[in-house]
Amino acid sequence: MEEARRITPPLDRERDMPILNVNGTSHDVVAEPETPLLWVLREQIGLTGTKYGCGIAACGACTVHIGGIPTRSCQVQLQDIAEGEEIVTIEGLSPDRSHPVQQAWVELDVPQCGYCQSGQIMAAVALLRDIPEPTDEDIRAAMSNLCRCGTYNRIRDGIKRAAELS
Amino acid sequence: MTEQFNLSRRGFIASVAASTGGLALGFPLGATAQQLAELAEPEINAWVVVQPDNTVVVRVAKIEMGQGTLTGLAQLVAEELDADWENVTWSYPTPGENVARERVWGSFGTFGSQGIRASQELVRQGGAAARAMLLQAAANRWGVGVDEVTVERGVISGPGGQTLTYGDVAEDAAALDVPENVPVKDPSTWTIAGQSLLRLDTADKTDGSRVYSIDYTMDGMVNAAIRQCPVQGGTVASFDASTAETMPGVMRVLQVDDSTVAVVADTWWRAKTALDAVEIEWDIPEENAGFNTAQFEEMMREGLDAEDAFVGNQAGDVAGALDGAAQVVEATYAFPWQHHVTMEPMNATALVTDDSCTVWTSTQNAESDLAAASQASGLEIAQCDVHRMNLGGGFGRRGASSTDYTTHAVKIAMAMKGTPVKVIWSREEDMLHGTYHPSTMARFRGALDEEGNLTGMHMRISGQSIFAGLMPFALQDGMDPLVFQGLQAESTEGEFGYTVPNLLIDHAMRNPPLRPGFWRGVNNNQNSFYLESFMDELADAAGRDPLEFRRSLMQNHPKHLAVLDTVAEAIGWDAGAPEGRAYGLCQHMGYGSYVAAAAEVSVDGDTVKIHRIVAATDPGHVVNPQQVEAQIEGSFAMGLSAAMVSEITMENGQVQEENFDTYPIMTMWEMPEVESHIVPSGDFWGGVGEPTIFVAAPAVLNAVARLTGQRVRELPLYKSGLRLG
Ligand code: FES
Ligand code: FES
Repeated sequence: MEEARRITPPLDRERDMPILNVNGTSHDVVAEPETPLLWVLREQIGLTGTKYGCGIAACGACTVHIGGIPTRSCQVQLQDIAEGEEIVTIEGLSPDRSHPVQQAWVELDVPQCGYCQSGQIMAAVALLRDIPEPTDEDIRAAMSNLCRCGTYNRIRDGIKRAAELS
Repeated sequence: MTEQFNLSRRGFIASVAASTGGLALGFPLGATAQQLAELAEPEINAWVVVQPDNTVVVRVAKIEMGQGTLTGLAQLVAEELDADWENVTWSYPTPGENVARERVWGSFGTFGSQGIRASQELVRQGGAAARAMLLQAAANRWGVGVDEVTVERGVISGPGGQTLTYGDVAEDAAALDVPENVPVKDPSTWTIAGQSLLRLDTADKTDGSRVYSIDYTMDGMVNAAIRQCPVQGGTVASFDASTAETMPGVMRVLQVDDSTVAVVADTWWRAKTALDAVEIEWDIPEENAGFNTAQFEEMMREGLDAEDAFVGNQAGDVAGALDGAAQVVEATYAFPWQHHVTMEPMNATALVTDDSCTVWTSTQNAESDLAAASQASGLEIAQCDVHRMNLGGGFGRRGASSTDYTTHAVKIAMAMKGTPVKVIWSREEDMLHGTYHPSTMARFRGALDEEGNLTGMHMRISGQSIFAGLMPFALQDGMDPLVFQGLQAESTEGEFGYTVPNLLIDHAMRNPPLRPGFWRGVNNNQNSFYLESFMDELADAAGRDPLEFRRSLMQNHPKHLAVLDTVAEAIGWDAGAPEGRAYGLCQHMGYGSYVAAAAEVSVDGDTVKIHRIVAATDPGHVVNPQQVEAQIEGSFAMGLSAAMVSEITMENGQVQEENFDTYPIMTMWEMPEVESHIVPSGDFWGGVGEPTIFVAAPAVLNAVARLTGQRVRELPLYKSGLRLG
């Protein structure tokens, strides 16, 4: 077995260090400009609530809000983000799980494994902002995030419950 | 119970909290040893820790992966304990501790829908014993007989009205010997178990704070991305890392084993980016290099007529029945490979030193990861341990015999001793290296007499065996008995639900170069699709109603029949479907439970719409009805995905689907209304995590056939020119 090498993470300080506004806090970020926001959030800023599921915009596990718009963060490169643009992740939704969607999720035991739920919740919050009292059809049309555990019906019920709580 | 317990302090107290890193309890990783030690005591017995503030920590041996087992097991312990549910929390012991304590917690393996049923006796007795000890401690304190004390919600009352809480007497109780064979409660008296309580583990899934294995991080941790040979049996011939080694953050490019190359970098994204720049030449065995789906289908078709086959269920004389039949009905079905696609891709973190190997991973069977860690590191089991992290889905992919990701992490960590290494498989890597749902075909020949009665049936299964591909040691004289799930005579696990006087169910084993695995529902999925579709085809040929036809064959199988009757009544079978729609139904038994489903569908052009699906489940006992409902809903989503939209194919020995764009799964748009009927009959314990998945496809496809006359015999749906809408 080879000897262990001394590891010093060689972050490249020469490159641009954009400042990201995430959940109301500014973060210096050291990463290549092509790095997806998803991995910047997870690995540079340490916000691991935003999940990696596919990396190709197909699953929605990485959904965050950029300027209020639900966005699949695996598809947004660091260089695409304007300085100061407001990024909100699941961790920034409320300080104490008090957002109506979070409350509804707990009340109805929506999650199973929970892995997709950060993305589901961020998508649901955006939907409720656009349509405060969505019908079943509105919900089915708007919620394209995948859930392998199959919590879709409870997600739908959770969104309707959140609408009541809002 | 009046006997006095021995007051000598038992041998040792496990440092469970320390070994779980405090994580399972939701404590920060920075918790001090002092804090953790406080959490660990006092241990009443292996299953129960009561802290001075009355917090009851239930030790959970099985793993939670979304299926609700954690909450269910805690309910069972709390029930026997007469604890206050508000004070109940949990922790996961490690497999290393289990080994050190002579497997006091039994098996950690969480699969086969066994989470509750296989451990209910052990955990209930654990709870009952702890209750007896706590009551005895209070009785001793007061100097009264234990039969003079009572307990309600964790508060013990004495004959003079005095009270003590569990927390007050926990330390005394911990010093008593653990009594054996304490009787457990009659389920009819349950107040905590059996109730639709909310899960214990929901809150942190709503704010991003839950730490899954993929989220785990440690000081000084580095990240690895890997690439394995995309063709089974292929090896690394050479690789050129010259570009990758110069890329930002890259620390190492190394060959991990015969068929795997890894890049280690400071971040995973950088490791993955650099991995894409590594040029790898593979040595691919010739026999696998050209293998494709069509070739496997040919092999399976040949098997449909082959002389040699393993017999799974046999009665009477099928050949005679077919010869003497008024009508012989014949049909052939096929089920494709499937991938688990757990939303969290495979990953593990390992730290290896000269004398220790520690792994943090999401696993359904930490004991096999412990063995894998020991094997890969060359260290003794006692020098290794595995910390069980939260799973972003399991479905069988993270079960026994699938410890590949743990092995990778340990091997890479061995090359970097003292540095924790996290390996994450990209989704593409994950999909190309699954343990795939086996693919099989089945051909039926059914003999009907003049009156349309089924007098004989031959079901020939041809195709892949999980045991042969994944764990050949489990074969029995070459036969894989698991192939016959749900088709066996007189089985408490999955009994064939019909009485057919002349019956033969056999299997011609044909194996492709694609690693199979246990995929939620396992072989029940295709077996139920085959059999329950053919039952409708037989009924059609006999000119009989599919429900009535089944009922006539099910009189010796009252529990199978009861769930079928339940869904028929619930959907309104006798009244018939509304205009433009049709109903379809089916039943199957597996994992010890009886399940049935009835679906309501419409078809518009090529688009199948599932409006609602009604399920009935008889799992014997129910620990948390609303979680059983959640499992029923989830099972439909997964079962219908496999039947309607998902398929793994192979070209040139390589899986063709690499992500959700080519391996779609069901979305909310397609998800039907689900109505669950939970009808426990009480004298057995069956599973609930998987069974409903078997009855998803046939209920829908039987309805499609009744509506359109078109019989879907090959999955997924597009092969019949249909799609799900
Ligand atoms: S990880 Fe971004 S959509 Fe799947
Ligand atoms: S809750 Fe498990 S993937 Fe959605």
